[in-house]
Amino acid sequence: MLELHNVTKRYEQQLVVNDVTLTIESGEIFGLIGQSGAGKSTILRMMNCLEKPTSGEVIVDGRNLASSTARELREARKSIGMIFQHFNLVANKTVYDNVELALVLAHYPKSKRKERVLECLRFVGLEEMHRKYPAQLSGGQKQRVAIARALVNEPKILLCDEPTSSLDPKTTAEILQVLQQINERLGVTIAIVSHEMDVIKRICHRVCVVSKGEIYKIVPIEPLGIASIEDHPQTFVDELLREGV
Amino acid sequence: MPDILVQYEQEIIRSIMQTGIMLGISVLSAVIIGLPVGTFLYLTSKGKLLENKVVYNVLNLLVNIIRSFPFLLLVIFLIPFTRIVVGTAIGTAAACVPLAIIAFAHYARFVEQSLLEVPKGVIEAAISMGASTKDIIFKFLFVEARSGLILGLTTSIVSFISYSTIMGVVGGGGIGDFAVRYGYQQFMVDLMLYVIIIMIILVQIIQIIGTTVARKLDKR
Repeated sequence: MLELHNVTKRYEQQLVVNDVTLTIESGEIFGLIGQSGAGKSTILRMMNCLEKPTSGEVIVDGRNLASSTARELREARKSIGMIFQHFNLVANKTVYDNVELALVLAHYPKSKRKERVLECLRFVGLEEMHRKYPAQLSGGQKQRVAIARALVNEPKILLCDEPTSSLDPKTTAEILQVLQQINERLGVTIAIVSHEMDVIKRICHRVCVVSKGEIYKIVPIEPLGIASIEDHPQTFVDELLREGV
Repeated sequence: MPDILVQYEQEIIRSIMQTGIMLGISVLSAVIIGLPVGTFLYLTSKGKLLENKVVYNVLNLLVNIIRSFPFLLLVIFLIPFTRIVVGTAIGTAAACVPLAIIAFAHYARFVEQSLLEVPKGVIEAAISMGASTKDIIFKFLFVEARSGLILGLTTSIVSFISYSTIMGVVGGGGIGDFAVRYGYQQFMVDLMLYVIIIMIILVQIIQIIGTTVARKLDKR
């Protein structure tokens, strides 16, 4: 589905990501975890070339994005959804217009837009809110809008950059549930970056521990599910993380 | 209405029309030239979409030079250029040339500043959605910055009114020139006061419209 081959990122002299190779399988939820500054976000952001790798290959659907032309890259990005910690909605557009914008950019037929936008908003439970502006929504609702916007063009993969890091625990659980539904019901592959172990443990099928710009270990885990995490005080992943960082 | 205003009614109306023409040209220049120049200042600055040191430095220097002239000197300095453009250096049309030049430079700076306030994350979201640079400008940047762009234009228009009042030096006419010629040079202080009141009202109206529109458009 998505492969990184010997990917390296440098900012001037500083080596941020060093020789990372990994493969994300179709249909899985792949977690990247590590301390802040470990390079996990940079790795994720190279998956759609939001950060251009200094060297290495980013293969999505058999095409190397790192060496694509600007036009090819724009096309490829339309089938890679992305959501962010701070939602990044257009504040001066309504919920509806925010989601529709993704369709406009992808030249989706005008006559079918309304139906598609409302369908996606229904999926994230915000159909009634479509006339509101982002400022009138809670954090969790904003992230749902961002998810709807990322889904509207039916991406095969969804990149999530700290999607719950500015949300409270209850809202975090709700958003994770939405992500899980996207994975199970729509078959979308998900890559998720988080510094919170809970987030990773609940929904990921495999977890990649990132430390000092390198992959420490990639291990398969059994997702614990959304229901209360307090019952699992110590797990294998906690141990692993303690080793990694 | 005071007798003196009635007596000079024709002349006052003509002067207001001249001011209107000068303001109109200034606003056109601000929007048609200043908006793109300001947008390119933003886009070519460090870390932005079209980062380009040479283009940025050229535009930046141009805008700074124009804005550093005391306006009266700019008008005089531009006389040869004005002659080339409109064929004469005297009259309302000639007065529009330096006004158009100061107008675009003035507004370009406001545009740059407004665009810099658009959150970086919104641009990242746009890029991740496969937006082209043109899409990012028109569908994201201008949308998010629109109230700032309107407020900047409002402030600019008020400055343009002030600039236009000295266009009497090249026979540009206008309400400011009228106040100087009759009010000051012919010692009709009351007439000058009336003109000042007209201008205060004009500025108030412009500011109220600008602020209201900007507030209406701001959903942040």
